Amino acid sequence: MKIRVRYFAGLREIVGQDAETLTVPEGTDVAGARALLSARHSRLQPILERSLCAVNREYVPADRVLQEDDELVFIPPLGGGAA
Amino acid sequence: MEPVIQITREPLNREALLAAVAAPEIGGIVIFEGVVRNHARGKQIRYLEYDAYPEMAEQQIRRIVEEARQRWGAERVAVAHRLGRVEIGEASVIIVVATPHRAEAFEACRYIIDTLKTTVPIWKKEVSLDGEAWVEG
Repeated sequence: MKIRVRYFAGLREIVGQDAETLTVPEGTDVAGARALLSARHSRLQPILERSLCAVNREYVPADRVLQEDDELVFIPPLGGGAA
Repeated sequence: MEPVIQITREPLNREALLAAVAAPEIGGIVIFEGVVRNHARGKQIRYLEYDAYPEMAEQQIRRIVEEARQRWGAERVAVAHRLGRVEIGEASVIIVVATPHRAEAFEACRYIIDTLKTTVPIWKKEVSLDGEAWVEG
């Protein structure tokens, strides 16, 4: 099945594109997709490891199982800033 | 009122946000304006650049504003966040909360900015004299 991955901020700069389609086996979870992306783009691995994950615009745990046409986004730590 | 939520590459318009929350029952308005500072972590900043996952950012802000409405009865709220390049002294974020009495406006405004900073997918890149880097935590 196909899922859509979108990239923002530092991830977009590393990958050099806004989005890509990833073909994964049924039952793949977010962690599995992350491993595939780390293999495809080796420079992504460290930042993906410290990122949160969102599927269809909601934060999800890494064991969330993906569905066809899901939109997967990795959210690197947010800037925040001292209060 | 429906909250005003803007995620925009245009300069933020504080007066328009204030006008949006105005109402006869309002007794206090608290404005938080985050502006770009010329230094960070010992570096001299030239400018900041903001990027967002815009659809999710808007959804998350809407949720935070709804929580503020439930907790403090803050019914009239406007939140605007700038994207792209923002110069020193320019506003990157403005939050306006209007309530009948001031205490709730202060509380709600503080809650909205603090929660926004930690949960809304908006990132900033510091461009300094030494180079540039996306800021993490």
